[in-house]
Amino acid sequence: MNWKLAITGVATLCLFVGAGTLLSPASVAQDAKIDAKTLKPAASFQSIANERERSVALFQEAGKVIQHPRCVNCHPATDRPLQGVNMHPHQPPVFRGDGGMGLPGMQCTTCHSAENTPVVGQADTIKSIPGNPAWHLAPIEMAWVGKSLAQICQQIKDPARNGGKTMDQIVEHMAHDELVGWGWKPGAGREPVPGTQAQFGELISAWVKSGAACPAS
Amino acid sequence: MVTFTLNGQERTFDGDPDTPLLWVIRDFEKLTGTKYGCGVAQCGACTVHLDGTPRRSCVTPISTIEGSEVVTIEGVSGTEADAVKTAWTGLDVPQCGYCQSGQIMSAVALLQMVPKPTDADIDGAMAGNICRCATYHRIRAAIHNAASSMEG
Ligand code: FES
Ligand code: FES
Repeated sequence: MNWKLAITGVATLCLFVGAGTLLSPASVAQDAKIDAKTLKPAASFQSIANERERSVALFQEAGKVIQHPRCVNCHPATDRPLQGVNMHPHQPPVFRGDGGMGLPGMQCTTCHSAENTPVVGQADTIKSIPGNPAWHLAPIEMAWVGKSLAQICQQIKDPARNGGKTMDQIVEHMAHDELVGWGWKPGAGREPVPGTQAQFGELISAWVKSGAACPAS
Repeated sequence: MVTFTLNGQERTFDGDPDTPLLWVIRDFEKLTGTKYGCGVAQCGACTVHLDGTPRRSCVTPISTIEGSEVVTIEGVSGTEADAVKTAWTGLDVPQCGYCQSGQIMSAVALLQMVPKPTDADIDGAMAGNICRCATYHRIRAAIHNAASSMEG
């Protein structure tokens, strides 16, 4: 499914960047690679005249953050979080518990601190334990694992599945929530989500202002 | 300088603030009951109680525990600790013993939070404590025995 998304991403890129120009496969691949690490500014979508299309394009750009493992790993579809860019089940095995904070005796705070914690004297592949004061799992109704961007889009707009938030509160949450913000500063040894939280907030804000349209698939 | 309580006594540490609590406990305080297994929160051997809840001391920078109470295997006490000690010796739980101080700290904390744990409660609380000798069956039985002994 990720592969399919990647292809869609490339196709979208061609639409905006290529605008009918024939790009060589190599340059498309290169652009797509760079593209996954950055966010296009919300203002750059103004060139899309059709408001609905613009709205969808804005959400697809924000989707580069939303569907990044850094975000999806703690929106699991089961009671167990995922871990790492390859999204394997969290080790040691930990489970949701009350408020998404873990089970009695094995809570998030058994290992995670208020800050990312560097580890000392370890292999190069293990540099830090992630942490944040609000470290916890998203509630099950906000599960993203296994969902398409279109499904996540509908979910984010649905007060029954977004924690009862209005669209203004969604913008505020995406732009300023501290745990959301952890995605951009995930600690040594982890790839941050693309762009900045401010850019992401602007994309979500522009998406809402343009009617919060969702992709078809 | 970090000031904290270790097994009821006030202690200070003025070395590198990133020093893991585990190293302070073992190397500076010379309390070697708490073990180093992995250093990255994967095994549970280093489990202590930090302000009453289980905590992996290997991933706890000393700078983060200012004013906190730390209890190690040497200092753990009370009804649950007594019940666990009796149950552990009753079933001869340890094999090599390396993981056991961590197991016991997790077990005591579980019983403090859930006095009559189910198998699922035990699995949930103990999942982060690895035993290379696979004493898991005796650990589970001993926790049930400890819980029963505390009743009434
Ligand atoms: S040494 Fe701390 S969890 Fe392994
Ligand atoms: S008793 Fe040997 S590691 Fe647990």
